[in-house]
Amino acid sequence: MSFGIENFLFLIALGVAVFFFSKNVGKIRRNILLGKDLDRNDNKPKRWGNMLRVAFGQSKMVVRPVAGFFHILIYVGFVLINIEVLEILIDGIFGTHRVLAAPLGGLYTGAINFFEVLALLVIISCVVFLWRRNIARVSRFHKPEMKGWATKDGNYILIIEIILMFALLGMNAVEHNIEGSVAAGFAISGTLAPILSGFSQESLMIMERVFWWGHILGILAFLNYLPFSKHFHIILAFPNTWYAKLEPKGKFPNNETVTKEVKMMMDPNADPYAAPAEDAGEPERFGAKDVVDLNWVQLMNAYSCTECGRCTAECPANQTGKKLSPRKIMMDVRDRLEVVGKNIDHNQGKFIDDGKSLLDDHITREELWACTTCNACTEACPVEIDPLSIIMSMRQFLVMEESSAAQELNLMMTNVENNGAPWQFAQADRANWTEEM
Amino acid sequence: MNDMKIPSMADLMAQGKSPEVLFWVGCAGSFDDRAKKITRAFAKTLLKAGIDFAILGKEESCTGDPAKRAGNEFLFQMQAMTNIEVLNAYEIKKIVTTCPHCFNTLKNEYPALGGDYEVMHHTQYLRELLESGKLKIEGGKLKGKRITFHDPCYLGRANGEYEAPRKLIETIEAEFVEMRRCKSKGLCCGAGGAQMFKEPEKGDKDINIERTEEALETKAEIIAAACPFCNTMMTDGVKNQEKEGSVKVMDLAELIEMAGSL
Repeated sequence: MSFGIENFLFLIALGVAVFFFSKNVGKIRRNILLGKDLDRNDNKPKRWGNMLRVAFGQSKMVVRPVAGFFHILIYVGFVLINIEVLEILIDGIFGTHRVLAAPLGGLYTGAINFFEVLALLVIISCVVFLWRRNIARVSRFHKPEMKGWATKDGNYILIIEIILMFALLGMNAVEHNIEGSVAAGFAISGTLAPILSGFSQESLMIMERVFWWGHILGILAFLNYLPFSKHFHIILAFPNTWYAKLEPKGKFPNNETVTKEVKMMMDPNADPYAAPAEDAGEPERFGAKDVVDLNWVQLMNAYSCTECGRCTAECPANQTGKKLSPRKIMMDVRDRLEVVGKNIDHNQGKFIDDGKSLLDDHITREELWACTTCNACTEACPVEIDPLSIIMSMRQFLVMEESSAAQELNLMMTNVENNGAPWQFAQADRANWTEEM
Repeated sequence: MNDMKIPSMADLMAQGKSPEVLFWVGCAGSFDDRAKKITRAFAKTLLKAGIDFAILGKEESCTGDPAKRAGNEFLFQMQAMTNIEVLNAYEIKKIVTTCPHCFNTLKNEYPALGGDYEVMHHTQYLRELLESGKLKIEGGKLKGKRITFHDPCYLGRANGEYEAPRKLIETIEAEFVEMRRCKSKGLCCGAGGAQMFKEPEKGDKDINIERTEEALETKAEIIAAACPFCNTMMTDGVKNQEKEGSVKVMDLAELIEMAGSL
């Protein structure tokens, strides 16, 4: 083969796909960076280690062995089979055909055989996952937040993956029947090949092109589906684990704005009538009411979530019928952030207040107050998303900006403030227990 | 055992002494009748082991944990800074506490505000005393008792300590049985995040009932806890299941004290 109209069309398809993908990824990046600054560049060796173990090594996926096993098959299949896409790209651009077959020789045959076995395993895994979602109806896939798009999205991804794998196997099976082909006798396609042996050489040549184009156009379309789908986790899982919290789970960050205020309050030399400096700007809001009050890692968490629901399945509040679902918190943040992003797109780069916010329009107070801060959700997440930190940021807004905690909580806080204990006991009585030793 | 005197930091300072370790009692341990028994059991063990310790007494104040988890960062930091002033004035180096919430807050959230101490949970401290030979227990009264352990979230998941409490149960030669969900998968008792101080949100079950049912499934005679709030929640759960006649909820400090007492 040589360069011709087909290669020209291929370049256009590739260019269009890459253009739109970059554009939409750029929007996601822009949206994530609407969040507040947070420096998570400390301890790089540990961060690389964490990413290698958790994202690359899938260490938290296998906590649930069945889902973990099949997920690893799809993951390994996806990563390795994409090596073959490299050859497809070269062939497509330069008009070659299986350009790597001759230079690699036996290694090529071995690699394709391996990819075909993986492709079959991916198909089996996708079928298992479709079965788990739609027939076995694993309960975490059928919580209230999974209605509509969330469920469809999951099924579309699995079906697309099955189609892509069949296109790959079909392409090889067709070539097996073409005389003089370099791609004959592979493990899986070789056994499928006899089905197609009745076709004429001319038909087979056309079929080979159809499968080839189907496969690569499918991949490019899937690439462009990612930014709109929960499946975007295949990209963000890596930075998300790199930027994850490394400190003990029980350590909640100290709000630095508050620290400044408290230090000033406790400083006997501070001037209580001091006016703020002229360049001080708007005082920062305590806690989070909307997505822009969250930090960028919290926002990246939302785009990294693939809605597997392991967090929700482990959540004690959710298990006992409360409205709180950590997965829904993440989905709500993403939904709201998408709305904010579109608002910015439509208003020449500026956000015009739409009278809505993450609080109340997406996440209710009832959900926020049901959390026991037990960290079961963060422990369960296979990509180290932290829904708890978002719940805490929003509680801070409720309490410090709105003073809208439940009455009993206000009472508890008044006690802490007045007598140094959550109950109404005199601080002077703290050592009374020693009298009964 | 009536003449056991618990020294306070102020007393010792007046005598020009500074103890090896501060026992941070916590609010529950100071005021809650059930938790006070845990406090006394732990203090007795410390005295028995000849540990040079003291309490802050009326100079102790809430760490601010419930305020922080409720979202009141302001109140938390006020509490923290006030406590840190007291702790630093006494030049405290090492703290042991019977409450995982105090433990977590003192250990993780105080350093950034100027309070840097070596902080241990009492299960870790007791384990150390046993391993160093300062405290000796051989089976004793609890030998062969069927015991399960409920992991406190703020000791387990929050700080990765799963082994110390289990080592203690091993020491008293009890028949230890794990619950279905344990260690990093342990289910919360329902009290954390300031839930202790409010009614739960609407649902179809209370979390402590769910957890207690799981503990009762193990057929244990004793549900061991390591947190005064878990203790309250599990005790309520046992009562709810009308099992208070046959199943006891006890802190590990109490079990160690009981096993070692004559």
